[in-house]
Amino acid sequence: MLLGSLLEERARTMPGKTALVCGDLRATYAELDGQSNRLAQALLERGIAPGERVALCLENTPELVVGLFGTWKAGAAAVLVNPGTKPEKLAFLLGDSGARALLAPSKRFEALEPAAEPRVRLASGADWSAALAVTSAAAPDARCTPDDLACLLYTSGSTGAPKGVMHSHRSLASVTRSIVQYLGGSADDVVLSVLPLSFGYGLSQLLPTFAAGGTLVLERSFTFPQLTLQRLASERATGFAMVPTIATILLQHDLSKFDFSALRYLTNAGAGIAPALLRELRAKLPHVRIFPMYGQTECIRASYLPPEEVDRRPTSVGKGIPGQELWIADENGQRLPPGNTGELVVCGAHVMLGYWRQPDESARKLRPGQRPGERELYTGDLFRVDEQGWFHFVARQDDIIKTRGEKVSPREVENVLLACEGVLAAAVVGVPDPLLGQSVRAFVVQRPGALPDEKAILRHCSRVLEEFAIPKRIIFLDDLPKTPNSKIDKQALLERSEAK
Amino acid sequence: MSEVAQKISAFITASLLLDANTDIAGTASFLEAGIIDSTGVLELVQFLEETWNISVKDEEMVPANLDSLAKLEAFVQRKLGG
Repeated sequence: MLLGSLLEERARTMPGKTALVCGDLRATYAELDGQSNRLAQALLERGIAPGERVALCLENTPELVVGLFGTWKAGAAAVLVNPGTKPEKLAFLLGDSGARALLAPSKRFEALEPAAEPRVRLASGADWSAALAVTSAAAPDARCTPDDLACLLYTSGSTGAPKGVMHSHRSLASVTRSIVQYLGGSADDVVLSVLPLSFGYGLSQLLPTFAAGGTLVLERSFTFPQLTLQRLASERATGFAMVPTIATILLQHDLSKFDFSALRYLTNAGAGIAPALLRELRAKLPHVRIFPMYGQTECIRASYLPPEEVDRRPTSVGKGIPGQELWIADENGQRLPPGNTGELVVCGAHVMLGYWRQPDESARKLRPGQRPGERELYTGDLFRVDEQGWFHFVARQDDIIKTRGEKVSPREVENVLLACEGVLAAAVVGVPDPLLGQSVRAFVVQRPGALPDEKAILRHCSRVLEEFAIPKRIIFLDDLPKTPNSKIDKQALLERSEAK
Repeated sequence: MSEVAQKISAFITASLLLDANTDIAGTASFLEAGIIDSTGVLELVQFLEETWNISVKDEEMVPANLDSLAKLEAFVQRKLGG
Protein backbone atom coordinates (compact mmCIF):
# COMPACT_ATOMS: atom_id res chain seq x y z
CA MET A 1 0.00 0.00 0.00
CA LEU A 2 1.20 3.49 -0.84
CA LEU A 3 0.83 6.06 1.93
CA GLY A 4 -0.67 8.65 -0.43
CA SER A 5 -3.53 6.26 -1.15
CA LEU A 6 -4.34 6.11 2.56
CA LEU A 7 -5.61 9.68 2.31
CA GLU A 8 -7.20 9.09 -1.12
CA GLU A 9 -9.15 6.16 0.26
CA ARG A 10 -10.56 8.31 3.09
CA ALA A 11 -11.35 11.17 0.71
CA ARG A 12 -13.34 8.72 -1.38
CA THR A 13 -15.20 6.96 1.45
CA MET A 14 -15.72 9.84 3.91
CA PRO A 15 -14.97 13.10 2.08
CA GLY A 16 -16.77 15.40 4.51
CA LYS A 17 -15.36 13.90 7.69
CA THR A 18 -13.06 16.17 9.72
CA ALA A 19 -9.56 14.76 9.31
CA LEU A 20 -7.46 17.43 10.95
CA VAL A 21 -7.91 20.10 13.59
CA CYS A 22 -5.05 22.61 13.99
CA GLY A 23 -5.72 25.70 16.04
CA ASP A 24 -8.89 27.23 14.59
CA LEU A 25 -8.60 25.35 11.32
CA ARG A 26 -10.61 22.22 10.60
CA ALA A 27 -9.98 20.30 7.36
CA THR A 28 -11.95 17.42 5.88
CA TYR A 29 -10.41 14.40 4.23
CA ALA A 30 -11.47 15.72 0.80
CA GLU A 31 -9.85 19.10 1.49
CA LEU A 32 -6.59 17.57 2.71
CA ASP A 33 -6.48 15.19 -0.23
CA GLY A 34 -7.05 18.01 -2.73
CA GLN A 35 -4.39 20.20 -1.11
CA SER A 36 -1.93 17.29 -1.09
CA ASN A 37 -2.56 16.68 -4.79
CA ARG A 38 -1.92 20.36 -5.46
CA LEU A 39 1.34 20.25 -3.53
CA ALA A 40 2.42 17.08 -5.35
CA GLN A 41 1.72 18.81 -8.69
CA ALA A 42 3.70 21.85 -7.51
CA LEU A 43 6.69 19.65 -6.62
CA LEU A 44 6.55 17.77 -9.92
CA GLU A 45 6.29 21.03 -11.87
CA ARG A 46 9.41 22.25 -10.09
CA GLY A 47 11.31 19.22 -11.29
CA ILE A 48 11.15 16.92 -8.28
CA ALA A 49 11.41 13.35 -9.58
CA PRO A 50 10.18 10.17 -7.92
CA GLY A 51 12.64 8.90 -5.33
CA GLU A 52 14.10 12.32 -4.62
CA ARG A 53 14.04 13.73 -1.11
CA VAL A 54 11.85 16.58 0.03
CA ALA A 55 12.76 18.02 3.43
CA LEU A 56 9.98 19.34 5.66
CA CYS A 57 10.99 21.57 8.55
CA LEU A 58 7.62 22.76 9.82
CA GLU A 59 5.74 23.00 13.09
CA ASN A 60 2.74 20.74 13.60
CA THR A 61 0.53 22.58 11.09
CA PRO A 62 -1.87 21.69 8.24
CA GLU A 63 0.98 22.57 5.88
CA LEU A 64 3.15 19.85 7.37
CA VAL A 65 0.41 17.24 6.89
CA VAL A 66 -0.28 18.43 3.32
CA GLY A 67 3.48 18.60 2.65
CA LEU A 68 3.95 15.03 3.81
CA PHE A 69 1.12 13.52 1.77
CA GLY A 70 1.96 15.75 -1.20
CA THR A 71 5.55 14.49 -1.13
CA TRP A 72 4.31 10.90 -1.15
CA LYS A 73 1.84 11.57 -3.93
CA ALA A 74 4.71 12.98 -6.00
CA GLY A 75 6.53 9.68 -5.48
CA ALA A 76 9.22 11.45 -3.45
CA ALA A 77 10.55 10.69 0.03
CA ALA A 78 9.94 13.03 2.97
CA VAL A 79 12.81 14.05 5.23
CA LEU A 80 11.04 15.03 8.43
CA VAL A 81 13.08 17.56 10.38
CA ASN A 82 12.23 18.68 13.89
CA PRO A 83 11.14 22.33 13.60
CA GLY A 84 13.36 23.23 16.56
CA THR A 85 16.48 22.12 14.69
CA LYS A 86 19.24 24.74 14.76
CA PRO A 87 20.44 26.10 11.38
CA GLU A 88 23.78 24.30 11.46
CA LYS A 89 22.16 20.94 12.00
CA LEU A 90 19.48 21.64 9.38
CA ALA A 91 22.28 22.30 6.88
CA PHE A 92 23.84 18.97 7.81
CA LEU A 93 20.54 17.12 7.41
CA LEU A 94 19.85 18.73 4.03
CA GLY A 95 23.31 17.79 2.82
CA ASP A 96 23.25 14.29 4.22
CA SER A 97 19.82 13.48 2.79
CA GLY A 98 20.61 15.14 -0.55
CA ALA A 99 17.26 16.91 -0.34
CA ARG A 100 16.18 18.60 -3.60
CA ALA A 101 13.37 20.57 -1.97
CA LEU A 102 12.80 22.27 1.36
CA LEU A 103 9.38 23.15 2.73
CA ALA A 104 9.85 25.49 5.70
CA PRO A 105 9.14 28.98 7.05
CA SER A 106 10.91 31.55 4.85
CA LYS A 107 13.35 32.55 7.62
CA ARG A 108 14.86 29.07 7.24
CA PHE A 109 15.98 29.92 3.71
CA GLU A 110 18.11 32.87 4.87
CA ALA A 111 20.90 30.59 6.01
CA LEU A 112 21.06 28.76 2.66
CA GLU A 113 23.19 29.63 -0.36
CA PRO A 114 20.78 30.87 -3.09
CA ALA A 115 22.14 28.60 -5.83
CA ALA A 116 22.81 25.55 -3.68
CA GLU A 117 20.58 22.53 -3.09
CA PRO A 118 17.85 22.29 -2.12
CA ARG A 119 16.96 24.55 -5.04
CA VAL A 120 13.23 24.02 -4.74
CA ARG A 121 12.12 26.09 -1.78
CA LEU A 122 8.55 26.60 -0.73
CA ALA A 123 7.89 28.90 2.22
CA SER A 124 4.95 28.20 4.47
CA GLY A 125 2.27 30.91 4.48
CA ALA A 126 1.51 33.18 1.52
CA ASP A 127 4.03 31.62 -0.93
CA TRP A 128 2.61 28.22 -0.21
CA SER A 129 -0.98 29.30 -0.82
CA ALA A 130 0.00 31.05 -4.07
CA ALA A 131 1.91 28.01 -5.34
CA LEU A 132 -0.98 25.66 -4.58
CA ALA A 133 -3.63 27.96 -6.04
CA VAL A 134 -2.33 27.52 -9.59
CA THR A 135 -1.97 23.73 -9.60
CA SER A 136 -4.60 21.08 -10.15
CA ALA A 137 -6.36 19.19 -7.35
CA ALA A 138 -6.32 16.04 -9.48
CA ALA A 139 -4.19 13.16 -8.24
CA PRO A 140 -0.78 13.24 -9.94
CA ASP A 141 0.49 10.24 -11.85
CA ALA A 142 3.82 9.51 -10.21
CA ARG A 143 5.72 6.26 -10.33
CA CYS A 144 6.05 4.66 -6.90
CA THR A 145 6.04 1.18 -5.37
CA PRO A 146 5.45 0.06 -1.77
CA ASP A 147 9.15 -0.72 -1.36
CA ASP A 148 10.25 2.80 -2.32
CA LEU A 149 11.66 5.08 0.32
CA ALA A 150 8.81 7.00 1.98
CA CYS A 151 10.68 8.92 4.62
CA LEU A 152 13.92 9.56 6.44
CA LEU A 153 13.63 10.03 10.19
CA TYR A 154 16.87 11.21 11.72
CA THR A 155 17.81 9.66 15.00
CA SER A 156 20.54 10.87 17.28
CA GLY A 157 22.84 7.99 17.95
CA SER A 158 24.33 8.15 21.42
CA THR A 159 27.57 9.08 19.70
CA GLY A 160 28.39 10.81 16.44
CA ALA A 161 26.23 12.38 13.77
CA PRO A 162 22.51 11.65 13.41
CA LYS A 163 21.57 8.75 11.17
CA GLY A 164 18.72 8.80 8.66
CA VAL A 165 16.39 5.89 9.35
CA MET A 166 14.86 4.78 6.04
CA HIS A 167 11.25 3.71 6.06
CA SER A 168 9.40 2.49 2.99
CA HIS A 169 5.70 2.86 2.24
CA ARG A 170 5.40 -0.81 3.14
CA SER A 171 7.13 -0.52 6.52
CA LEU A 172 5.06 2.49 7.62
CA ALA A 173 1.83 0.99 6.30
CA SER A 174 2.63 -2.20 8.15
CA VAL A 175 3.19 -0.56 11.53
CA THR A 176 0.13 1.64 10.93
CA ARG A 177 -2.08 -1.41 10.39
CA SER A 178 -0.73 -3.01 13.54
CA ILE A 179 -1.29 0.07 15.70
CA VAL A 180 -4.88 0.49 14.49
CA GLN A 181 -5.49 -3.13 15.38
CA TYR A 182 -4.19 -3.14 18.96
CA LEU A 183 -5.49 0.31 19.91
CA GLY A 184 -8.87 -0.64 18.47
CA GLY A 185 -8.89 2.37 16.14
CA SER A 186 -12.15 3.49 14.55
CA ALA A 187 -13.71 6.42 12.70
CA ASP A 188 -14.93 7.65 16.11
CA ASP A 189 -11.33 8.31 17.19
CA VAL A 190 -10.30 11.85 18.04
CA VAL A 191 -6.57 11.62 18.71
CA LEU A 192 -4.75 14.63 20.13
CA SER A 193 -1.02 14.84 19.51
CA VAL A 194 1.54 17.33 20.82
CA LEU A 195 4.48 15.29 19.49
CA PRO A 196 6.39 16.49 16.41
CA LEU A 197 5.73 14.45 13.26
CA SER A 198 9.51 14.16 12.86
CA PHE A 199 9.40 11.83 15.86
CA GLY A 200 8.36 8.26 14.98
CA TYR A 201 5.88 8.36 17.85
CA GLY A 202 4.38 11.58 16.44
CA LEU A 203 4.13 10.15 12.92
CA SER A 204 2.43 7.11 14.40
CA GLN A 205 -0.35 9.36 15.72
CA LEU A 206 -1.11 10.74 12.26
CA LEU A 207 -1.03 7.60 10.11
CA PRO A 208 -3.16 5.25 12.26
CA THR A 209 -5.72 8.00 12.91
CA PHE A 210 -6.16 8.61 9.18
CA ALA A 211 -6.11 4.86 8.44
CA ALA A 212 -9.00 4.44 10.87
CA GLY A 213 -10.86 7.46 9.46
CA GLY A 214 -10.67 9.36 12.73
CA THR A 215 -9.82 12.98 13.51
CA LEU A 216 -6.33 14.17 14.43
CA VAL A 217 -6.09 17.21 16.68
CA LEU A 218 -2.56 18.42 16.05
CA GLU A 219 -1.08 20.76 18.65
CA ARG A 220 2.18 22.61 18.16
CA SER A 221 3.61 21.67 21.51
CA PHE A 222 2.94 20.83 25.13
CA THR A 223 4.29 24.18 26.34
CA PHE A 224 1.03 25.19 27.98
CA PRO A 225 -0.32 21.98 29.49
CA GLN A 226 -3.44 23.84 30.58
CA LEU A 227 -4.29 24.49 26.91
CA THR A 228 -3.69 20.87 26.02
CA LEU A 229 -5.98 19.77 28.84
CA GLN A 230 -8.70 22.22 27.74
CA ARG A 231 -8.30 21.02 24.17
CA LEU A 232 -8.53 17.37 25.17
CA ALA A 233 -11.82 18.14 26.90
CA SER A 234 -13.31 20.55 24.31
CA GLU A 235 -12.51 18.32 21.31
CA ARG A 236 -13.74 15.31 23.29
CA ALA A 237 -10.47 13.54 22.49
CA THR A 238 -10.54 9.76 22.70
CA GLY A 239 -6.77 9.19 22.61
CA PHE A 240 -3.65 11.02 23.78
CA ALA A 241 0.02 10.12 23.34
CA MET A 242 2.43 10.78 26.19
CA VAL A 243 6.09 10.49 26.96
CA PRO A 244 6.88 10.17 30.70
CA THR A 245 7.69 13.89 30.99
CA ILE A 246 4.23 14.74 29.72
CA ALA A 247 2.64 12.29 32.15
CA THR A 248 4.55 13.84 35.04
CA ILE A 249 3.41 17.35 34.13
CA LEU A 250 -0.19 16.29 33.51
CA LEU A 251 -0.34 14.89 37.01
CA GLN A 252 0.67 18.25 38.48
CA HIS A 253 -2.62 19.66 37.23
CA ASP A 254 -6.03 19.11 38.75
CA LEU A 255 -7.46 16.66 36.21
CA SER A 256 -10.81 16.53 38.00
CA LYS A 257 -11.64 20.00 36.65
CA PHE A 258 -11.95 18.67 33.10
CA ASP A 259 -14.51 16.54 31.37
CA PHE A 260 -12.47 13.61 30.10
CA SER A 261 -15.48 11.32 29.75
CA ALA A 262 -14.70 10.78 26.03
CA LEU A 263 -11.07 9.83 26.67
CA ARG A 264 -10.64 6.15 25.87
CA TYR A 265 -6.90 5.61 26.05
CA LEU A 266 -3.49 7.09 26.88
CA THR A 267 -0.33 5.71 25.37
CA ASN A 268 3.24 6.03 26.62
CA ALA A 269 6.39 5.58 24.57
CA GLY A 270 9.70 7.34 23.97
CA ALA A 271 10.91 6.20 27.36
CA GLY A 272 9.58 3.79 29.93
CA ILE A 273 6.99 5.10 32.32
CA ALA A 274 7.59 4.58 36.04
CA PRO A 275 5.11 2.33 37.89
CA ALA A 276 4.45 5.19 40.34
CA LEU A 277 3.23 7.37 37.45
CA LEU A 278 1.05 4.58 36.08
CA ARG A 279 -0.54 4.09 39.50
CA GLU A 280 -1.33 7.79 39.82
CA LEU A 281 -2.80 7.96 36.32
CA ARG A 282 -4.92 4.88 36.99
CA ALA A 283 -6.19 6.41 40.24
CA LYS A 284 -7.05 9.78 38.70
CA LEU A 285 -8.42 8.52 35.39
CA PRO A 286 -9.89 5.12 36.25
CA HIS A 287 -12.00 4.86 33.09
CA VAL A 288 -9.03 5.43 30.75
CA ARG A 289 -7.12 2.50 29.26
CA ILE A 290 -3.34 2.96 29.44
CA PHE A 291 -0.98 1.38 26.93
CA PRO A 292 2.71 1.40 27.94
CA MET A 293 4.59 0.74 24.72
CA TYR A 294 8.08 0.30 23.38
CA GLY A 295 9.51 1.23 20.04
CA GLN A 296 12.47 2.81 18.36
CA THR A 297 12.74 4.88 15.20
CA GLU A 298 14.12 1.84 13.37
CA CYS A 299 10.78 0.00 13.59
CA ILE A 300 8.50 2.74 15.00
CA ARG A 301 6.79 0.34 17.41
CA ALA A 302 7.67 -3.10 18.72
CA SER A 303 5.55 -3.91 21.77
CA TYR A 304 2.62 -2.80 23.89
CA LEU A 305 1.22 -3.84 27.24
CA PRO A 306 -2.53 -4.53 27.11
CA PRO A 307 -4.28 -2.09 29.50
CA GLU A 308 -5.82 -4.90 31.53
CA GLU A 309 -2.27 -6.00 32.47
CA VAL A 310 -1.04 -2.59 33.64
CA ASP A 311 -1.93 -2.99 37.33
CA ARG A 312 -0.45 -6.48 37.44
CA ARG A 313 2.84 -5.89 35.61
CA PRO A 314 3.54 -2.13 35.51
CA THR A 315 7.23 -2.60 34.71
CA SER A 316 6.55 -4.51 31.50
CA VAL A 317 6.18 -3.06 28.01
CA GLY A 318 4.13 -6.11 27.08
CA LYS A 319 4.48 -8.37 24.10
CA GLY A 320 4.92 -7.85 20.38
CA ILE A 321 2.50 -5.77 18.34
CA PRO A 322 0.37 -7.71 15.82
CA GLY A 323 1.93 -8.94 12.59
CA GLN A 324 5.55 -9.28 13.69
CA GLU A 325 7.77 -11.23 16.05
CA LEU A 326 9.97 -10.30 19.02
CA TRP A 327 12.57 -12.30 20.83
CA ILE A 328 15.78 -11.88 22.78
CA ALA A 329 19.21 -13.06 21.68
CA ASP A 330 22.56 -13.64 23.36
CA GLU A 331 25.86 -12.05 22.29
CA ASN A 332 26.15 -14.53 19.40
CA GLY A 333 22.70 -13.79 18.06
CA GLN A 334 21.25 -17.07 19.40
CA ARG A 335 17.60 -16.94 20.42
CA LEU A 336 17.09 -17.22 24.21
CA PRO A 337 14.07 -18.81 25.91
CA PRO A 338 11.86 -16.91 28.40
CA GLY A 339 13.41 -16.31 31.81
CA ASN A 340 16.51 -14.70 30.33
CA THR A 341 17.92 -11.29 29.58
CA GLY A 342 19.26 -10.51 26.11
CA GLU A 343 19.21 -8.11 23.19
CA LEU A 344 15.78 -7.47 21.75
CA VAL A 345 15.38 -8.57 18.15
CA VAL A 346 12.39 -7.37 16.11
CA CYS A 347 11.35 -9.05 12.88
CA GLY A 348 8.59 -7.93 10.56
CA ALA A 349 7.58 -5.81 7.61
CA HIS A 350 7.75 -2.67 9.78
CA VAL A 351 11.52 -2.82 10.25
CA MET A 352 13.43 0.00 8.50
CA LEU A 353 15.21 -0.51 5.18
CA GLY A 354 18.45 0.60 6.82
CA TYR A 355 20.34 3.80 7.60
CA TRP A 356 20.58 6.27 4.75
CA ARG A 357 23.92 5.93 2.96
CA GLN A 358 25.42 4.00 5.87
CA PRO A 359 25.71 0.40 4.66
CA ASP A 360 28.11 -0.66 7.43
CA GLU A 361 25.93 0.76 10.18
CA SER A 362 22.88 -0.84 8.54
CA ALA A 363 24.58 -4.22 8.35
CA ARG A 364 25.44 -4.06 12.03
CA LYS A 365 21.82 -3.50 12.95
CA LEU A 366 19.95 -5.58 10.35
CA ARG A 367 19.99 -9.19 9.23
CA PRO A 368 17.81 -10.80 6.59
CA GLY A 369 14.75 -12.54 8.04
CA GLN A 370 13.72 -16.07 7.17
CA ARG A 371 11.15 -14.90 4.65
CA PRO A 372 11.76 -12.69 1.62
CA GLY A 373 11.30 -9.01 2.42
CA GLU A 374 11.58 -9.52 6.16
CA ARG A 375 14.39 -7.99 8.16
CA GLU A 376 15.59 -8.70 11.68
CA LEU A 377 16.42 -5.60 13.68
CA TYR A 378 19.00 -5.97 16.45
CA THR A 379 17.78 -3.15 18.65
CA GLY A 380 20.79 -2.81 20.92
CA ASP A 381 18.38 -2.73 23.85
CA LEU A 382 18.49 -5.30 26.62
CA PHE A 383 15.22 -6.89 27.70
CA ARG A 384 14.28 -9.50 30.24
CA VAL A 385 11.55 -11.89 29.18
CA ASP A 386 9.79 -13.42 32.17
CA GLU A 387 8.44 -16.96 32.32
CA GLN A 388 5.06 -15.82 30.98
CA GLY A 389 6.71 -14.18 27.97
CA TRP A 390 6.28 -10.54 29.05
CA PHE A 391 9.06 -8.20 27.97
CA HIS A 392 10.74 -5.90 30.49
CA PHE A 393 13.12 -3.19 29.38
CA VAL A 394 16.44 -3.48 31.21
CA ALA A 395 18.65 -0.89 29.55
CA ARG A 396 20.21 0.17 26.34
CA GLN A 397 23.03 -2.21 25.77
CA ASP A 398 25.48 0.61 26.13
CA ASP A 399 23.73 1.99 29.19
CA ILE A 400 24.12 -0.81 31.72
CA ILE A 401 26.23 0.26 34.66
CA LYS A 402 28.77 -2.22 35.86
CA THR A 403 29.92 -1.44 39.34
CA ARG A 404 31.94 -3.67 41.56
CA GLY A 405 31.35 -6.38 38.97
CA GLU A 406 27.59 -6.14 39.46
CA LYS A 407 25.17 -5.08 36.76
CA VAL A 408 22.96 -2.11 37.62
CA SER A 409 20.07 -0.99 35.45
CA PRO A 410 19.85 2.80 35.49
CA ARG A 411 16.14 2.38 34.84
CA GLU A 412 15.67 0.39 38.00
CA VAL A 413 17.42 3.01 40.14
CA GLU A 414 15.44 5.78 38.42
CA ASN A 415 12.16 4.06 39.24
CA VAL A 416 13.21 3.85 42.88
CA LEU A 417 14.19 7.51 42.93
CA LEU A 418 10.91 8.53 41.27
CA ALA A 419 8.98 6.68 43.95
CA CYS A 420 10.75 8.79 46.59
CA GLU A 421 8.62 11.56 48.00
CA GLY A 422 9.55 14.95 46.61
CA VAL A 423 11.42 13.64 43.57
CA LEU A 424 10.01 15.02 40.34
CA ALA A 425 12.45 13.56 37.82
CA ALA A 426 15.55 11.46 37.99
CA ALA A 427 18.22 10.10 35.68
CA VAL A 428 21.02 7.72 36.53
CA VAL A 429 24.29 7.23 34.68
CA GLY A 430 27.47 5.29 35.28
CA VAL A 431 30.56 7.45 35.62
CA PRO A 432 34.11 6.10 35.45
CA ASP A 433 35.48 5.24 38.88
CA PRO A 434 39.00 3.95 39.56
CA LEU A 435 37.89 1.58 42.32
CA LEU A 436 34.47 0.41 41.15
CA GLY A 437 34.85 0.48 37.38
CA GLN A 438 31.76 2.61 37.21
CA SER A 439 29.97 4.39 39.97
CA VAL A 440 26.24 5.05 40.04
CA ARG A 441 25.45 8.74 39.81
CA ALA A 442 21.96 10.16 40.11
CA PHE A 443 20.65 13.47 38.83
CA VAL A 444 17.50 14.51 40.62
CA VAL A 445 14.95 17.26 40.08
CA GLN A 446 13.00 18.06 43.22
CA ARG A 447 9.28 18.75 43.26
CA PRO A 448 8.49 22.44 43.82
CA GLY A 449 8.11 23.02 47.53
CA ALA A 450 9.39 19.59 48.54
CA LEU A 451 13.11 19.53 49.07
CA PRO A 452 14.30 16.10 50.05
CA ASP A 453 18.03 16.20 50.79
CA GLU A 454 20.59 13.72 49.57
CA LYS A 455 20.50 11.79 52.83
CA ALA A 456 16.73 11.34 52.72
CA ILE A 457 16.83 10.09 49.15
CA LEU A 458 19.68 7.70 49.86
CA ARG A 459 17.81 6.42 52.90
CA HIS A 460 14.85 5.73 50.63
CA CYS A 461 17.09 3.97 48.09
CA SER A 462 18.68 1.81 50.72
CA ARG A 463 15.25 0.51 51.61
CA VAL A 464 14.68 -0.81 48.08
CA LEU A 465 17.98 -1.32 46.31
CA GLU A 466 20.82 -3.68 46.79
CA GLU A 467 23.77 -1.87 48.30
CA PHE A 468 25.80 -1.78 45.08
CA ALA A 469 22.93 -0.17 43.18
CA ILE A 470 22.51 2.79 45.54
CA PRO A 471 23.79 6.00 43.94
CA LYS A 472 27.19 7.07 45.21
CA ARG A 473 26.34 10.64 44.55
CA ILE A 474 23.21 12.66 43.93
CA ILE A 475 23.37 15.91 42.01
CA PHE A 476 20.38 18.22 42.15
CA LEU A 477 19.37 19.97 38.97
CA ASP A 478 16.60 22.39 38.04
CA ASP A 479 15.78 20.32 34.97
CA LEU A 480 17.11 17.28 33.18
CA PRO A 481 18.64 17.96 29.75
CA LYS A 482 16.40 16.58 26.99
CA THR A 483 16.93 15.49 23.42
CA PRO A 484 14.65 17.11 20.79
CA ASN A 485 12.26 14.16 21.26
CA SER A 486 11.85 14.85 24.99
CA LYS A 487 13.96 11.93 26.06
CA ILE A 488 16.38 12.50 28.89
CA ASP A 489 19.75 13.28 27.34
CA LYS A 490 22.06 10.94 29.23
CA GLN A 491 24.98 11.85 27.05
CA ALA A 492 24.70 15.44 28.24
CA LEU A 493 24.53 14.25 31.86
CA LEU A 494 27.66 12.17 31.37
CA GLU A 495 29.47 15.12 29.87
CA ARG A 496 28.35 17.26 32.78
CA SER A 497 29.74 14.63 35.17
CA GLU A 498 33.06 14.52 33.40
CA ALA A 499 33.36 18.29 33.44
CA LYS A 500 33.14 18.32 37.22
CA MET B 1 10.56 49.16 31.81
CA SER B 2 8.62 48.74 35.05
CA GLU B 3 10.13 47.03 38.07
CA VAL B 4 7.85 44.03 37.50
CA ALA B 5 8.93 43.70 33.88
CA GLN B 6 12.58 44.06 34.84
CA LYS B 7 12.40 41.30 37.41
CA ILE B 8 10.60 38.93 35.04
CA SER B 9 13.02 39.71 32.26
CA ALA B 10 15.99 39.05 34.53
CA PHE B 11 14.52 35.76 35.66
CA ILE B 12 13.83 34.57 32.12
CA THR B 13 17.32 35.53 31.00
CA ALA B 14 18.92 33.76 33.91
CA SER B 15 16.75 30.68 34.17
CA LEU B 16 15.13 29.85 30.87
CA LEU B 17 17.42 31.10 28.16
CA LEU B 18 20.72 29.83 26.92
CA ASP B 19 21.40 32.85 24.79
CA ALA B 20 21.61 36.02 26.87
CA ASN B 21 21.36 38.20 23.74
CA THR B 22 17.74 37.34 23.11
CA ASP B 23 15.47 40.38 23.07
CA ILE B 24 12.84 39.33 25.58
CA ALA B 25 10.87 42.58 25.57
CA GLY B 26 10.67 42.46 21.77
CA THR B 27 9.47 38.87 21.60
CA ALA B 28 5.77 38.75 20.76
CA SER B 29 5.37 35.10 21.70
CA PHE B 30 7.78 33.05 23.81
CA LEU B 31 6.11 29.94 22.42
CA GLU B 32 6.64 30.91 18.78
CA ALA B 33 10.20 31.96 19.52
CA GLY B 34 10.90 28.61 21.15
CA ILE B 35 12.01 30.32 24.35
CA ILE B 36 9.83 28.41 26.71
CA ASP B 37 8.72 24.80 27.04
CA SER B 38 6.35 23.06 29.42
CA THR B 39 8.86 22.75 32.25
CA GLY B 40 9.87 26.38 31.67
CA VAL B 41 6.27 27.43 32.19
CA LEU B 42 6.24 25.68 35.55
CA GLU B 43 9.45 27.41 36.61
CA LEU B 44 8.16 30.76 35.48
CA VAL B 45 4.93 30.35 37.45
CA GLN B 46 6.84 29.31 40.54
CA PHE B 47 8.98 32.40 40.20
CA LEU B 48 5.92 34.68 39.89
CA GLU B 49 4.30 33.11 42.95
CA GLU B 50 7.39 33.41 45.12
CA THR B 51 8.45 36.87 44.01
CA TRP B 52 5.10 38.63 44.36
CA ASN B 53 3.50 36.29 46.84
CA ILE B 54 0.63 35.57 44.51
CA SER B 55 -1.13 32.34 43.72
CA VAL B 56 -1.43 31.32 40.08
CA LYS B 57 -4.32 28.99 39.39
CA ASP B 58 -4.05 26.16 36.89
CA GLU B 59 -6.53 27.86 34.57
CA GLU B 60 -4.40 31.03 34.57
CA MET B 61 -1.41 29.14 33.14
CA VAL B 62 -2.29 30.01 29.54
CA PRO B 63 -0.58 31.98 26.76
CA ALA B 64 -2.92 34.96 27.28
CA ASN B 65 -1.17 35.51 30.63
CA LEU B 66 2.31 34.09 30.14
CA ASP B 67 3.38 34.16 26.51
CA SER B 68 5.20 37.52 26.37
CA LEU B 69 6.83 40.00 28.72
CA ALA B 70 3.96 42.46 28.23
CA LYS B 71 1.36 39.79 29.02
CA LEU B 72 3.30 38.64 32.06
CA GLU B 73 3.64 42.18 33.35
CA ALA B 74 -0.07 42.85 32.89
CA PHE B 75 -0.93 39.56 34.55
CA VAL B 76 1.20 40.26 37.62
CA GLN B 77 -0.19 43.81 37.91
CA ARG B 78 -3.71 42.42 37.69
CA LYS B 79 -3.02 39.83 40.38
CA LEU B 80 -1.48 42.46 42.67
CA GLY B 81 -4.32 44.90 42.04
CA GLY B 82 -7.01 42.26 42.58
